[in-house]
Amino acid sequence: MAQLVFGYFAGVIAVTAMLVVALRNPVYSVLSLLIMFFHVAGLYVTLHAEFLAAVQLIVYAGAILVLYLFVVMLLNAKQDDRYHRQWRVAGFVCVPLLLELLVLFAGGKMEPSPLFSADQTGPGTDNAKAIGMTLFSTYLFPFEVASLILLVAMIGAIVLAKRDIGGSGA
Amino acid sequence: MTELGLRFFLSLTQIAVVVVIVIVTVLILTLAERKVLGWMQDRMGPMEVGPYGILQPFADAIKLFFKEDIVPAGANKFLFTAAPLLALIPAFIGFAVIPWGPDWTVEFNGTVIKPFVISDINIGILYILAFASLGAYGIILGGWASNSKYSLLGGLRSAAQVISYELNVGLAIIGVIILAGSLSLVKITNAQSGWFWHWYLFAFPAPQIFAFVVYVISSVAETNRVPFDLPEAESELVAGFFTEYSGLRFAFFYLAEYANMVLVSCIAAAMFLGGWNAPYPGTVFDLLGLPSLAWIENTMWFAAKTYFFLFLFFWLRATLPRLRYDQLMRFGWKVMLPIALANIVVTSIAVYLFPNS
Repeated sequence: MAQLVFGYFAGVIAVTAMLVVALRNPVYSVLSLLIMFFHVAGLYVTLHAEFLAAVQLIVYAGAILVLYLFVVMLLNAKQDDRYHRQWRVAGFVCVPLLLELLVLFAGGKMEPSPLFSADQTGPGTDNAKAIGMTLFSTYLFPFEVASLILLVAMIGAIVLAKRDIGGSGA
Repeated sequence: MTELGLRFFLSLTQIAVVVVIVIVTVLILTLAERKVLGWMQDRMGPMEVGPYGILQPFADAIKLFFKEDIVPAGANKFLFTAAPLLALIPAFIGFAVIPWGPDWTVEFNGTVIKPFVISDINIGILYILAFASLGAYGIILGGWASNSKYSLLGGLRSAAQVISYELNVGLAIIGVIILAGSLSLVKITNAQSGWFWHWYLFAFPAPQIFAFVVYVISSVAETNRVPFDLPEAESELVAGFFTEYSGLRFAFFYLAEYANMVLVSCIAAAMFLGGWNAPYPGTVFDLLGLPSLAWIENTMWFAAKTYFFLFLFFWLRATLPRLRYDQLMRFGWKVMLPIALANIVVTSIAVYLFPNS
């Protein structure tokens, strides 16, 4: 059962991730990316990381992807074949990777997935609290650095978008 | 029947009951809105169908059901069909974690269920926010797929508005989450039992009054209601993103809007006004020696609080004119957002100073 659920999520993620680049209508690409985000969130739920699943949906599906859709619609991009002529290059890169993967799978012994083993944290534990504790103790420095980088990006966006009111006039 | 099958059956029953309650509430709302607006404008409201017009929602439903289903020329048929569903599903799915009544458990043939909440998950409120943020897709795709300029502009406006105000909703409820120390709506509601000054609107270390005001204003904006109904501003955009919709698909958008109103009202009642808790400790039925009937009183209190917010929606609609688009954005980012952020800081300091209250 657990393997079946994982297989479903992983399969859909793989297929939709491929469709994002393969579909010719950009709006459909964005939608398949949406489906992919949903299934990634589903994977988090099977790992009992409900907090991450919710954050995944709020941040990626709810905010970032809506802005993508916004841009795609504003640009009114029609079906575009320009980027579909590169499949030979893509195949040249990807076929060796696929072969490597198959070799790895054939060579390695298949252990039962740790995702569904017995020692997982139960649904009763508060994983939001656990994440907060880890983030603000063990990973405090990387966390602060990341927030600083985001702040810089934010100021950069404001500087780029801002018009000089005093000089040339808005 | 196996245990899994029984659990499945019980959950389906709960879901069916909740969906029926929500749809009935929406039916009542469509009538109540016109009646309340009528009274506020010194009119009678609908009076023709049934005694005093109370069968008007059914007349509306039948009319929408039998209207011709039109797909405009040049529309993207697949997305045109999918958009109303994408708007409707997120509006209904959030009700799964709303606690309607006391936190009881009932054992049914060896399976323990909570009768008044479909699923008590530990990230309840985040779950609602996650799915509420998906409602924007239905609106924006509906606007785009219609192949109409008015619809597209309405959809784009809506996307910008929903994203901006979603942020304020999320930040406004963080104060309550800090006070409750939990994301589960069941636990948040349980923590507010007792006298009404235990409600998080008035709770001791940090009353969430400002957060409450920010939440109410932002949720009105998030549900695209007057005075923030820019996506469907009649004077500029005909009817905004659902200009081209008719019949049942239009009914889906309509249903989604009203279900969203009910949902944000339920969240406001559960997070700020104590949910199903009465303003006094315990219940009257307990004092009368009928504790098994206490749930009636509790659910009635929840309904009363929810309907108070729904009345507020109508009241605002009858009172305020529509904002201009730049006013809307400036208000959201320059007024609501700083208030919500300041509330988080103040609440955190208060909880740090009074950790045990």
